[in-house]
Amino acid sequence: MKIKIGAGILAFFTLMAVLGPLLIGADPAATGDDGLQGPSAAHWLGTTQTGQDVLTQIVYGARVSMGVGLLSAVIANVIAVAVGLVGGYFGGAVDEVLSVLTNIFLVLPALPLIIVLAGYLPQRGVASVAVVIAVTGWAWGARVLRAQTLSVRRRDFVQAARASGEGALRIVFFEILPVLLPVIATSFLATVVAAILAEAGLSFLGLADLSTVSWGSMLYFAQNGQALLIGAWWWFIPPGLCIALIGTGLALVNFGIDEIANPRLRTVKVKART
Amino acid sequence: MRFLARRLGFYLLTAWAAVTLNFLIPRLMPGDPVELLVARMKGNVDPAAIDAMRRAFGISDASLWQQYLDYLGNLAQGELGRSITFFPAEVSTVIAGSLPWTVGLVGVATLISYLMGTSLGVLMAWKRGTWLDGVLPAATFMHAVPYFWVALALVFVFGVTLQWFPVSRAYGLDVMPGLTGEFAGSVVYHAALPAVTIVAASMADRILGMRNVMVTTLGEDYVVMAEAKGLTSRRVMWAYAARNAILPNITSFALSLGFVVGGSVLTEIVFSYPGIGSMLLKGVENEDFPLMQGIFLVISLAVLVANFLADLAYVVLDPRTRQESE
Repeated sequence: MKIKIGAGILAFFTLMAVLGPLLIGADPAATGDDGLQGPSAAHWLGTTQTGQDVLTQIVYGARVSMGVGLLSAVIANVIAVAVGLVGGYFGGAVDEVLSVLTNIFLVLPALPLIIVLAGYLPQRGVASVAVVIAVTGWAWGARVLRAQTLSVRRRDFVQAARASGEGALRIVFFEILPVLLPVIATSFLATVVAAILAEAGLSFLGLADLSTVSWGSMLYFAQNGQALLIGAWWWFIPPGLCIALIGTGLALVNFGIDEIANPRLRTVKVKART
Repeated sequence: MRFLARRLGFYLLTAWAAVTLNFLIPRLMPGDPVELLVARMKGNVDPAAIDAMRRAFGISDASLWQQYLDYLGNLAQGELGRSITFFPAEVSTVIAGSLPWTVGLVGVATLISYLMGTSLGVLMAWKRGTWLDGVLPAATFMHAVPYFWVALALVFVFGVTLQWFPVSRAYGLDVMPGLTGEFAGSVVYHAALPAVTIVAASMADRILGMRNVMVTTLGEDYVVMAEAKGLTSRRVMWAYAARNAILPNITSFALSLGFVVGGSVLTEIVFSYPGIGSMLLKGVENEDFPLMQGIFLVISLAVLVANFLADLAYVVLDPRTRQESE
């Protein structure tokens, strides 16, 4: 049930990001004379101060927000897989060094680090923002994957592969990695949420690429255009709601996977205690 | 004790890493920050400021190794350089002026969020199958909501529309800062909305985390045994189940502090709260690299100290960590 609802939400936003701009067509940055209009037939979600259509911006913003989320989650998880699996499999000094590195990145506060890194970026394009977010977001996944690798490496098929003379890296990436795919999937989904939130926060602070429309940059312009004081709720409610809904969708899918693994977490069909 | 010594060693190593990261970031990034600043001001820049900046970075013709040693030496004396934005104020002075606001706000809000979230999580695990399950979807939603968006919504509803609370600054323009009841009242009144933002946005994680651990704990033999003995359900819930379920939650609480601090940076911006987060943004916007780095260092060290305190609490509460260390 949870997985279905979550997947439904994700499918909706994915379609919106992929097909939406083709259907709507209009330029999200195009300004108009009718600024700060509430929702109407002409503008379903109203307009911004400069007469930009909020719905058009939401649809185009989905591409940037989800794109940055996916890109940085891919990068972060490649790092997490490499660090977690190599450390967990080889053990010893290699593991010691990688574990300390992972724990350091786990403890350092991510957003302040992202802000400082973004402060030094000469150009704040979509890709460089994604890289900065990924650099600070891989540690949790690496820790989980290391723990899983430790248990998998003792299993028979790994011993067998070793006995048959397979190379260590081949064992790590072709024998162990496939077994860990469900764990990697969970970690990936969690990273996407974190990355979308980080991109939104960074854009909201004006530290990402403000020339492209994203949900975060919409909130930045809403805040700077005094949308709150004017009462233009249609300008800042939709972007935040979209972020929260995507995050909810991803979390629901994740919880669904967890419940399959740990049936006790299920909410239904349990007799209540008194 | 060996456990604590190991942890202390790790935190010292992490502190060193944060310090070194701070030293390396400006040097690894393309472009010279000082030249960037000069170019931005189109040559219209105070030579004293450029000089201060070069010194703050330790950017000189000396070898990288020598620069690093100088940088560490300065840090050891609490020397963080001079701020460009507030020139000629020292970075440490700027931080000292804004840090108490953040520590007060985040400290109180995090404590409230932890107490409320943990209790709710325990209760929800205990009363599984009742209407309390309805809180789960709401918590899942809140878990994914951006901090600053919660802040915007609260400002809109309680600040602008209902006008119950002030929406910016840390205290009223009409009160004099000092140890007076009036000033304290104004501070609390102004901190109300930002604090509610942090509690609302961070409580969901506590609820979900605590519920999951508690549900697993409820299946343990000793809980079943306690129930079979006919102990009151309140006693079983708190003294047997929650007491043990809370342990892993302490560690995750400490780790989540980093996120709370990040979230409070965004919250401070929305409320123009004069804390360390507002200063960090000011530093970035003005390309005030010494200020930026000083603040990042202080935030990191604060999170490390908080994590170490959580480790201490863990050792006090869980006898097993003491036994293992022998």
